[in-house]
Amino acid sequence: MHSFANPRRFLSLARWITPLALTLGMLLTGAALFWGVTQVPPDRLMGETVRILFIHVPAAWLGMGGWAAIAAASLAFLVWRHPLAALAARAAALPGAVFTAICLVTGSIWGRPTWGTWWVWDGRLTSMLILLFLYLAYIALSDASAREGISPRIPAIFGLLGAVNIPIINRSVVWWNSLHQPPSITVGKSAIDAAYLTPLLAAVAGFSLIFSGVVLARMRALLAEAQAEARLRRMAGEVV
Amino acid sequence: MTFGLLLRRDLGNLLPGRRGGGTLLAVLFFLAVAILYPFAIGPSPSLLVRTGGGILWVAALLSSILPLERLVADDLKAGVFDQLHLRGISEELAMAARLAAHWLSFGPLLLAASLPAAALIGLESGTLLTLLLGLLAGTPGLAAIGLAVAALTASLRGGAALAGLLVIPLAIPILIFGAGALARPDTSAVWLAAAISLALCAVAPFAAGAAIRAARDG
Repeated sequence: MHSFANPRRFLSLARWITPLALTLGMLLTGAALFWGVTQVPPDRLMGETVRILFIHVPAAWLGMGGWAAIAAASLAFLVWRHPLAALAARAAALPGAVFTAICLVTGSIWGRPTWGTWWVWDGRLTSMLILLFLYLAYIALSDASAREGISPRIPAIFGLLGAVNIPIINRSVVWWNSLHQPPSITVGKSAIDAAYLTPLLAAVAGFSLIFSGVVLARMRALLAEAQAEARLRRMAGEVV
Repeated sequence: MTFGLLLRRDLGNLLPGRRGGGTLLAVLFFLAVAILYPFAIGPSPSLLVRTGGGILWVAALLSSILPLERLVADDLKAGVFDQLHLRGISEELAMAARLAAHWLSFGPLLLAASLPAAALIGLESGTLLTLLLGLLAGTPGLAAIGLAVAALTASLRGGAALAGLLVIPLAIPILIFGAGALARPDTSAVWLAAAISLALCAVAPFAAGAAIRAARDG
């Protein structure tokens, strides 16, 4: 793992993986969404709105996966002081937040015709909303600590604290919801038909590739920023 | 021994009195919500009784954010933790003492203030008892989250504003179980709130200690 501690080595790999992941991801996502929108038959219960789920489900998974990435990178940074891990955690926060927001928005659009309302205080919806707030808090903290030159261990500690709390929040919100009302709709035990599953999994893979491409691109941008700053400082003659 | 000394020093700083005042302000804020709430929704007793316990919980959660600004930042700036470190006292021990002092300066006062607040809103004695038990179980957890967040934001310039943003999502489970107990006939939710509180109290000194050390190393 530490062989990638050298940014140059990481950059030489990231330089060609980034466009590859982004292009492949966009092609795969485009194909999956095209398939999902035009080829898949409308669902018996949900009708045409089922097509939103090809965006909604991958976004939900990546929204949660994004914090898992932050937690893993934060742990790697705190334990092994791996310098790129701090960058990776910072880079993963924004796409994670965007996917969480996409999940909430598409879920809301899907819920309007299906449940008859834009928003219900359902356990899963609510825990995604709290996850979005955690992302915003993390982004604010990591931006502030980067701006003021404070140790990147500060946001890393918060990333782990959030990871410890997310299961508690999720369980408590589900418990709280069951106190008030039974679930409005249950997807039930009926397995998803293969006609839906194949484009769904393709969309998940495509969105995941886009996610990793964005994270790599943001890591490269953060590294470039640091390099440019260091160069400016050298040129100004203040060797720190 | 060291813990006791640290606790006494922190209590002297945090309790309302000569040097402190932050926690008193928070408790006044809590009472102010109880006063404002009937103005906002009207004095109808049935409505107040039905919603009052929950609003007092929200007030308790938000007022627990107020003392965070000075909880760690002042001592960090003054180099108190560096001095302790030089004497071989770990940041975790200092933070555990700070957590105990923070709760002692804030929790009992809040519990006492919830008596007049409950009277203003007209809660029945049964509900009041559940509210007090819930606050007793939940406030240590709120103090633990507050301490960890205060330590994380202590070295930032806009730390106090950020602290509120960091505390609220983490504190939601305590609010759910603490306030949820009001709607239940049994005390199971209080126990769950207490369980979450204890878990947070166990984690917080380590998270806060790590944050203090990170702030020192830069």
